[in-house]
Amino acid sequence: MSLEHFFRIGETITLGSHTFTAEEIKAFASKYDPQRFHVDEAQAEKSVFGRLCASGWHTCAVWMKLNLAWREDLDPRPWTGPGDAPQFGPSPGISGLKWLRPVYAGDTITYYRRATGHRPLASRPGWRMLTLVAEATNQSGDKVMEFDNAVLVKADQ
Amino acid sequence: MMPKWAFEDFEVGQELKLGSRTVSAEEIIEFASEFDAQPMHLDEEAGKASILGGLAASGWHTCCIFMRMMCDGFLLDSTSQGAPGVDYARWKKPVLAGDTLTGKTVVEDLRLSASRPGLGFVTCRHELVNQRGEMVFELKNTGMFLTREAAA
Repeated sequence: MSLEHFFRIGETITLGSHTFTAEEIKAFASKYDPQRFHVDEAQAEKSVFGRLCASGWHTCAVWMKLNLAWREDLDPRPWTGPGDAPQFGPSPGISGLKWLRPVYAGDTITYYRRATGHRPLASRPGWRMLTLVAEATNQSGDKVMEFDNAVLVKADQ
Repeated sequence: MMPKWAFEDFEVGQELKLGSRTVSAEEIIEFASEFDAQPMHLDEEAGKASILGGLAASGWHTCCIFMRMMCDGFLLDSTSQGAPGVDYARWKKPVLAGDTLTGKTVVEDLRLSASRPGLGFVTCRHELVNQRGEMVFELKNTGMFLTREAAA
């Protein structure tokens, strides 16, 4: 089995959808990003956004939640070798994060992941860097978020 | 009341202190339970057995901790109009339970919007350093701020 096939390089995976309620937008923002347009409807109406909208970090965190929750139940692709199954490790970071449109209270956001490539890590023999693109769209089909992501993977090949 | 920080109050090279805060095991587990439920973010033993070396905050949690430190540091007392995104966020070292993070923001670039009078773009590089002096997190972004006249 090739790593390309196992990693689903080039395939866009729909991770699932999430509806952002006003209550959870305010609860998240009051802890991590208490700017007025994320915690107060009346203040949000006076802001550039016009309505209560989610912290961009909230939009990102739900991507991670759905990324982990996504199971291979519908299209299983277990590692068939050679060697041990690749193991996913930590991520060194993200880049090109764009919050393209506000995520308003009541919006239903659909999340996607697409693996774009992988390469051996000279600094860590036995590990590879897998690169991914994350995207999210709202119920009107408009893209609200995108970023490039990478994750370390322990793989024998 | 005019906020302390409007577009005109930023200068290239300026350094803003974001203060310090200690990250608890409880908050690491709380965030991870909802958004990033991997063993090294939920359990001390699993964290020790992982490449991270201990119960470690989700990288997304570190982004959120930084965001709150920036809010408390200057953003809540500013003319901020949000940010269109982040150039990069780098999780350079694990943030472990009990670590104390100290943050700073350095202003790198300023420009007024050509299309929207009264709006300016402030590009900053931000970092979080732990109690051992190691940089654990680095982020670059451009925020939008009203000018004093536009905010009046």
